Amino acid sequence: MGQKIEQDLQRFRKLVRGKVKSDLSKYISRGEMIGKKGKDYVSIPLPSINLPQFRYGKKNSGGVGVGPGQPGQPLTQPQDGEGEPQAGDSPGGHILEVDLTMEELADIFGEELALPRIEPRGKKNVVTEKDKYTSIRSVGPESLRHFKRTFKRALQRQISAGSYDPLAPTVIPVREDKRYRAWKEVPKPDSVACVIYMMDVSGSMTDEQKEIVRIESFWIDTWIKRHYQGVETVYIIHDATAQEVDEHTFYNTRESGGTKISSAYELCNKIIDSRYPPSQWNVYAFHFSDGDNWGDDVPKCTELLSNTIIPKLNLFGYGQVESPYGSGEFYDHVHELVGDHENVVVSRIPDREAILGSIKEFLKTGR
Amino acid sequence: MSLGFYNTHLPPHLRVLKDEIEGFARDFGLDFYETIFEVVDADDLNEIAAYGGFPTRYPHWSFGMQYEELKKGYEYGLSKIYEMVINNDPCYAYLMRCNHTVDQKLVMAHVYGHCDFFKNNAYFVHTTRKMMDEIANHAARIRHFVERFGEDEVESFMDRCMSIDDLIDIHSVAIKRRDDHPKYDFSPQATSEDSAEENTAPRFKAKPYMADYINPRGALKSEDEENKKATTARAAKFPEHPEKDVLLFLIEHAPMKNWQRDMLSIIRDEAYYFYPQGQTKILNEGWASFWHSTIMTQKVLDPSEVIDYADHHSGTMATSGRRLNPYKVGIELLRDVERRWNMGQFGAEWENCDDMDKKRTWDKKLGLGRQKIFEVRKIHSDITFIDTFLTPEFCKEYNLFSFNYQDPTKNYVIESREFQKVKQRLLFSLTNFGKPWIYVIDGNHRNRGELLLRHEHQGVDLKVDEARDVLANLQYIWSRPVHLETIGDGQSTVLSFDGTDHTQQATGGSDDANRKTAAKAR
Ligand SMILES: [Zn+2]
Repeated sequence: MGQKIEQDLQRFRKLVRGKVKSDLSKYISRGEMIGKKGKDYVSIPLPSINLPQFRYGKKNSGGVGVGPGQPGQPLTQPQDGEGEPQAGDSPGGHILEVDLTMEELADIFGEELALPRIEPRGKKNVVTEKDKYTSIRSVGPESLRHFKRTFKRALQRQISAGSYDPLAPTVIPVREDKRYRAWKEVPKPDSVACVIYMMDVSGSMTDEQKEIVRIESFWIDTWIKRHYQGVETVYIIHDATAQEVDEHTFYNTRESGGTKISSAYELCNKIIDSRYPPSQWNVYAFHFSDGDNWGDDVPKCTELLSNTIIPKLNLFGYGQVESPYGSGEFYDHVHELVGDHENVVVSRIPDREAILGSIKEFLKTGR
Repeated sequence: MSLGFYNTHLPPHLRVLKDEIEGFARDFGLDFYETIFEVVDADDLNEIAAYGGFPTRYPHWSFGMQYEELKKGYEYGLSKIYEMVINNDPCYAYLMRCNHTVDQKLVMAHVYGHCDFFKNNAYFVHTTRKMMDEIANHAARIRHFVERFGEDEVESFMDRCMSIDDLIDIHSVAIKRRDDHPKYDFSPQATSEDSAEENTAPRFKAKPYMADYINPRGALKSEDEENKKATTARAAKFPEHPEKDVLLFLIEHAPMKNWQRDMLSIIRDEAYYFYPQGQTKILNEGWASFWHSTIMTQKVLDPSEVIDYADHHSGTMATSGRRLNPYKVGIELLRDVERRWNMGQFGAEWENCDDMDKKRTWDKKLGLGRQKIFEVRKIHSDITFIDTFLTPEFCKEYNLFSFNYQDPTKNYVIESREFQKVKQRLLFSLTNFGKPWIYVIDGNHRNRGELLLRHEHQGVDLKVDEARDVLANLQYIWSRPVHLETIGDGQSTVLSFDGTDHTQQATGGSDDANRKTAAKAR
């Protein structure tokens, strides 16, 4: 790859990051990124990045196609992802999708929300890295190719091989020359984290509220994963009893029973002790509910949090979604703990618009 | 030209093939400039393709975007660029290093078809044949601007220029371009390149033309005043006729800085260079495919390669989904023309014959087919090609249909298989590249030097949100308010942007009302 395209590509990527950043609150409240997530990246539709031109709208438009079918038959989307079945110069066109690595997304997110970087706690030998792209690797995504380093390697190789002619200085990088920007990895044992999500799935929680939780946890995940070598996630659902489930079940379960929050906290505590000892793990716990709980259960909950769970955690976040059914009083009980514990954050999330502010509350502690 | 960092030499076995295929192409009567093949890696080919075939093109993020798209397509196995040929003297063509020999042969044969087309087709007559040099020169000028005025400033102006790069007059192939010498002489005002007030067109200060009628002439008029009036009358109507070359109008009349004017004229030059390729996509690809198929099957193909060849050839010809494949339509229509002229199935006698049996066995053994398709490649564009040679039989045999958008269901639906309907839709999608017709109507609109454009409505409304963004770009260049007359939902409308606000104003009666009046009059 030539140096020219490298530069144009970097300009483009910069533009993409800028667009995503300026539209971030929209993406967050719509939950748009989540469905587009691949293993290490998200695909973001960015129609607005194309330069505007005078063109026709869809109404009354048409074209010519080939193949079978009777007049009146709709031209359904072809299955193999070829876009709309129409001549290339017909209206519509395809919408540009841009891939961002999860790291890039997290950085944009952190910048836009002005979040402090997380300082993994406890260990003496922890090195926190504040600069981006500080290290260089020989493998990586092309979008992170470091042109100068690549060029330098190629030059060194050509000089030592005698193929460099100073009178006609052309440098041709080959695969071994390529160097990529990378994030410096934080030293091993301290850099692992566990995030435990707890959610009330009793009858009073609606689908919209679960969607809010899903969006919140997506961004919390994205941010926390950016700071650790490895992150494990645990999902606990509860009504009057609690159980550990997978991610899909977490968001798709609805129970009709009553609510006993302490059941979730007990399970959470058990899981920490058995699998994620805080001496080795940075443990995060987030609990989402509509604030409804059995009255008798409250003292047990605050007792468990204060004396047992919170001391083991980097951060405990309680997010209360607003439900037409719930009393919402649990919020006040957790809120009382904030004064005594600096690693406790509470936040109300009445609707999607509130998600951004809520995430910011949770993550601004830098823990 | 220097392709710098690509190592592009043709290896010996390909050089032998090249000479052989070039010889066959000439024997068949193809006529082309010297053709230079460059061998490049897939990644380099994606890069070159992103630059529209010109590795030395000026820097712009959109090329980076193209590159990423091509690269993704290639890596996911969705798309692969097989061929790229540059209209230049000499012609440049790129071969992908990793291709099999049979593919290389096919691509070479295909390339000679394109090279012949570039050299001989009427729509390419006015394109420069030294574009490799010109593009490099353009890039050097733009890099110079970047150094002087900064990357962000130059890039954002480039974005605006590229947003209007289709506002040229594609019919100017027949009408001579006003600036066959693209160098503008700015020397008279070019005292300070950056002074903001330079080039403020003096004509904006002209008095209203109508004043002559409103104010009766005094008995005593100085000669000087008379002269002034004459000038005013001329200036009041500009352009004299609606101007489709919006870019040229802006270059000549918009108060830009010199570097901006130069950049816009670079964009325009490149747009004029590229547009014949868009105008002849079906015919050009059809012609090249016709020749790769002819040369391969009749001359070059080794028996052991037949299957690979058939694979690749049918791959190129495959219709993806129900989209029209220009290669396929082009080659089949050319073959149809060759067959018809060989058998004498044309002319008044053929057209007027109603006897279907007679028509079915009609063969006058004229053998005029080859000669005819050479003529077709010389004088036709896609529009005239389709208009002249598309037949009802062809439409039927190749299963063509027209489709249209249904507002209530928000879906495209098969509209018709009727020949006239299909042909009309096809011609519409090819006309002006399927883009709206935009003209400059008045450069001194409302006597305030505002710019008035008109969208010549032909049945389909503009995409309004995007049109507003384009207006904003035009306004920036024009520096005074700009207006666009169009029709939306049957209602005459003017979209305006004054630098701060977008407005939309209904004008006159609706289309329906007009139609009613017209009906009454009859
Ligand atoms: Zn071709």
